[in-house]
Amino acid sequence: MINNVLDFLYNTALTKPDKTAFVMREDSYTFKELKDEVQKIGAALADKGCNKEPVIIFMDKHPKELAAFWGTVAAGCYYVPIDSEMPGARIDLILQSSEAKFIIADSNNIDKAKSLANFSGEILLYDDLTAHNLTQDDTAKLEQIKRNAIDTDPIYIVFTSGTTGIPKGITACHRSVIDYAVSFAEELKLDENCIFANQAPLYFDAYIKDVYPTVMFGATTHMVPKQLFMFPVKLVEFLNENKVNTLCWAVSALTIISQFKTFNTVKPEYVNKIAFVGEVFPTKQFKIWQEALPKCEFTNLYGPTETTGVCCYYHVNKKIEDGDIIPIGRPFKNTGILLLKDDGTEANEGEEGEICVRGTCVTLGYYNNPSKTAENFVPNPLNRNYTEIIYKTGDLARMRDDGNLIFVSRKDFQIKHMGQRIELGEIEANVDMVDGIDACCCVYNQEKDKIVLFYVGTPEVKELSSLLRTKLQPYMLPNFYRKLDAIPLTPNGKKDRNLLKSMM
Amino acid sequence: MDDIKETILNLLTDLHPDIDFEQETNLIDSKILDSFDIVSLIADINDELDVAISADKIIPENFNSLDSLAKLVKELSDED
Repeated sequence: MINNVLDFLYNTALTKPDKTAFVMREDSYTFKELKDEVQKIGAALADKGCNKEPVIIFMDKHPKELAAFWGTVAAGCYYVPIDSEMPGARIDLILQSSEAKFIIADSNNIDKAKSLANFSGEILLYDDLTAHNLTQDDTAKLEQIKRNAIDTDPIYIVFTSGTTGIPKGITACHRSVIDYAVSFAEELKLDENCIFANQAPLYFDAYIKDVYPTVMFGATTHMVPKQLFMFPVKLVEFLNENKVNTLCWAVSALTIISQFKTFNTVKPEYVNKIAFVGEVFPTKQFKIWQEALPKCEFTNLYGPTETTGVCCYYHVNKKIEDGDIIPIGRPFKNTGILLLKDDGTEANEGEEGEICVRGTCVTLGYYNNPSKTAENFVPNPLNRNYTEIIYKTGDLARMRDDGNLIFVSRKDFQIKHMGQRIELGEIEANVDMVDGIDACCCVYNQEKDKIVLFYVGTPEVKELSSLLRTKLQPYMLPNFYRKLDAIPLTPNGKKDRNLLKSMM
Repeated sequence: MDDIKETILNLLTDLHPDIDFEQETNLIDSKILDSFDIVSLIADINDELDVAISADKIIPENFNSLDSLAKLVKELSDED
């Protein structure tokens, strides 16, 4: 039985030792090289007495960062990746919340790590750890640590922004990650022939979709240098040069390519599978992709970090037309979804309810934060017979008659305005359908009771507002319009609603 | 300084008031501009100078300095 994520890597290092696992620019690692680094790091950490505790990983995106992740796991600990560009004040909050005693930094980030005023633990240089001379005793020790580990032990903590401004540390265990990686790979039909281009940063959980199947099957992942996402033609050329065939990308990364008419110059030649995640794919942009790659399989993914990556999928099996909605679909195997209404009962077909998730994918909760955990990880109200924890996502959906879930909006985006219940998502969906609109985001100012629409596109405000009058109920019409050059995004590629709110 | 260059300088300065764009020649490699800036710039140049920069021209060489960007925009506007 596989009960430790290291089993994936260790097995593949035996069956495909010399195959290329991860590539970043000129640096590449085979599975065997990766395993060797992992074991050296694990042994060096264990020597320092690091055991069953969080280890902060403060590194640039690189295969070495993955080796640091798994080296931490090899020492019986769990990794806490931090965006090296994050402001120091926020890092302080994470250090406080995690109570970590160790930081692993690469040579690019070691000085910044040393400048963190509120950290009193030990800062370890990556290259020092991998200089460790691995002895037979070390290997035996690592084997013993692994033998004693259980699959409900944590593997990582991912810090996401909390509404109160204090980051929340979502803590996942081995079992959740194994369950997710296996069921995701099965549904997407991934195998050793996959060549991934990894877009997602390693400090959230979205990288699991390409990184874990890579070690599971012995596939290959090319890490895309972040700067390429500024240069759509170069980005597609990168995919072609590396014969990339599988993308698990944020919608915002895919639309960077489609909105500049990149396909007139160059098309991805090998990509035959695209899974997209993060937010609703604007129909117009999706059509551009579908027309450019008619043979490619597209899959919509949905899920919060609290349920380990994603929990629902929908294979887009027809040509999408204007006005179509791409469902978030069905739960992955071994995951259950309940749509619960405010009164705690289940929504009927067509009725709106909050998406609540059950199963192994439900994570361990927020690190060092039992009260916040208890708010969102709750006993299943439909089960009075034994303990069953479900995660309340705060997302609203309804079930279509074909059994597919349709995303409605964030529960927090449901507002009361002029006495009416309004979904900001519904306003956005209508704006998105207008000709010449590239992107939009609707925010609500509760204090002033005003709806503000930010949009990108050719229509002038006057034109857009008179058009919306023909589509929306009067009380749903935005009170203010602001045309922007681009909708600002958060680091994980979602529309930055807080920043927009501050621009109102 | 000609009009095109001055307009672009103003657009760049709006994005990052703290940068001396007349001196900086490594805007991309030194990570001064990010992808959000590039998207904004392309839209602004389209609005203010009526020049559309197509995907094949969105390459680091054209965005690394005020001069290279101004040169690109001049070439594109001469083509019209």
